[in-house]
Amino acid sequence: MNDLFYLSWQYIRHHKNKLLILIFAITLVIWLPIAIKSVVDQTAAQLLDRANNTPLVIGAPGSPLELALGSLYFRTQTPATLTFDELNNVEATGYASAIPLYYRFNAQGHPIVGTNPEYLKYRQLQFAKGRPVALLGEAVLGADVARKLNLTVGDFVVSSPENVFDISGVYPLKMTVVGILKPAFSPDDQAVFVDIKTSWVIQGLGHGHQDLNNESAIGQVLKKDGSNIVANASVVQYNEITPENIASFHFHGDYSQYPVSAIIPVARNKKSAALLIGHYREDRESVQILRSERVIAELLDTVVTVRNYIFIGITAVGLATCVIALLVFLLSLRLRHGERFTLARIGASQWQIYLLMATEISSVLLVSACLSILLVLATQRFGIQVLQQLILT
Amino acid sequence: MSLELQQLEFNYPDQGFAFSLPGIVIHPGECVAIVGPSGSGKTTLLNLVAGILTPIEGNVTLNGLNLSALDTRCRRLHRLRHMGMIFQSFELLDYLDVRDNVLLQARLCSEITVDDALEERARNIVTELGLHGKWRRNIQTLSQGERQRVAVCRALLLDPVLVLADEPSGNLDPANKLAVLNRLVDDCKQRQRILLTVTHDHSLLTTFDRVIDIAALAENLVSTV
Repeated sequence: MNDLFYLSWQYIRHHKNKLLILIFAITLVIWLPIAIKSVVDQTAAQLLDRANNTPLVIGAPGSPLELALGSLYFRTQTPATLTFDELNNVEATGYASAIPLYYRFNAQGHPIVGTNPEYLKYRQLQFAKGRPVALLGEAVLGADVARKLNLTVGDFVVSSPENVFDISGVYPLKMTVVGILKPAFSPDDQAVFVDIKTSWVIQGLGHGHQDLNNESAIGQVLKKDGSNIVANASVVQYNEITPENIASFHFHGDYSQYPVSAIIPVARNKKSAALLIGHYREDRESVQILRSERVIAELLDTVVTVRNYIFIGITAVGLATCVIALLVFLLSLRLRHGERFTLARIGASQWQIYLLMATEISSVLLVSACLSILLVLATQRFGIQVLQQLILT
Repeated sequence: MSLELQQLEFNYPDQGFAFSLPGIVIHPGECVAIVGPSGSGKTTLLNLVAGILTPIEGNVTLNGLNLSALDTRCRRLHRLRHMGMIFQSFELLDYLDVRDNVLLQARLCSEITVDDALEERARNIVTELGLHGKWRRNIQTLSQGERQRVAVCRALLLDPVLVLADEPSGNLDPANKLAVLNRLVDDCKQRQRILLTVTHDHSLLTTFDRVIDIAALAENLVSTV
């Protein structure tokens, strides 16, 4: 028996290239449909989980899908905004407390989320290092951001300009990292969290500059009218908020009119949630409230439909591959006809000959099946992360 | 220790082929050539002797054992253990090297264990037949003459009492065919084996002890050189 397996092994070794191609093709055919189903199911579960944990979202009128994806995943280019005043309106109903989100900017591809300390508590995010944001210009990094940018507490993270060709646009703001979050295996791992006022500073709604009342700035003042001072462009603007210059940072205008991308209302109970939905649907037309679970479920319906089409395509390719593999096996058996004849004449039994011939087929199928199982396990373990990395890069 | 063919009869009904042979006795150490025109039944005779085919009438007796009375499995095992076979187109396995081709028959035989001693014996035979240095070479890298010598090594490894060769020099150039055949004949003489060879090549007949013209034999004519 060992001698037969030895001979079979010699055959496999000699024809390794042919067999490797076959194994590759069959493994793909087995693995692909299972991998796609696994990844889609895991993605769906993650999407629904995030949506279930964020039942309601309030945002500007427009695409519910964009609002849901923006508020849950911070993935939107230029989100429509509502005013900060809406936060007070939500709390004034008495049905819910409100968490603001402003996710217009990013730092080296990672979304900067302007919010308040309640957001971290709401998501049950824990600190691996450092502390929450306490001052203007401080930032807390999601676990993936810290790892990818190789940053730790005390380092700096710089916001990216929205458009490098717009010289009157948003300037980079250098922010101090004061905390690193533990991995939450959610989009929060990819985000840079700052106080919402810091995100307004990034936008230029608030700023800090040298003191124009000081005598040293007299040459830069163009006009002085009571508390209003008009200066020329040589005034030094701060692109970093430090203990020395934080007092000079100030906002012009009314906070209540400043922008937010979305508001997460945290309803006191289900009844309050229902009443809040009713309130917004009946009385307010300038904002929309949505049940994120429903929006995500509709998105998943589309994804599942696409998956089914992919399945049909893969099944057709799989059938073709199986037929080709069968043809290869049959041709191989035909090519080995002389070998079978020789072995029989020398004195090999039919059983020995069948075993030798079957080893090629069974080894290909066995190795393909083992590889497929390994790949499926790897896909179930790492598929989502790899897919997210591919999409993000 | 002789090979006796007793009044063998065989036919292929669907091909209209009938074969009839009077009694022949071949003694140990005797080298016999079988000649005859195509279709006269030379290869059929070898297959009958090997036990691949069973005669309708008559017996094939080797060392007193009537092979024709054995069942297919016993004939196969007897062939595997006590006979060596050499074919015109060598019939070597292209995915094996010289060593594994020589050891092939031994690997198929459940009574034999491929151990160091057997491997050493195989190596000695390979060296004797002038294949020194080709021990782990793949068959496809060898010349035609070298391949046939590997086939001879395979046939001789298990020290068979009977060597059956079907046109063993058919694919070789004149120099190689004589060299291979002389080695084979010398070995059979030395070890008292019976060599039964089918050949079309009349230039080689002087090498053999006896030549049987199978067409003439049908008319009870046996020629001896």
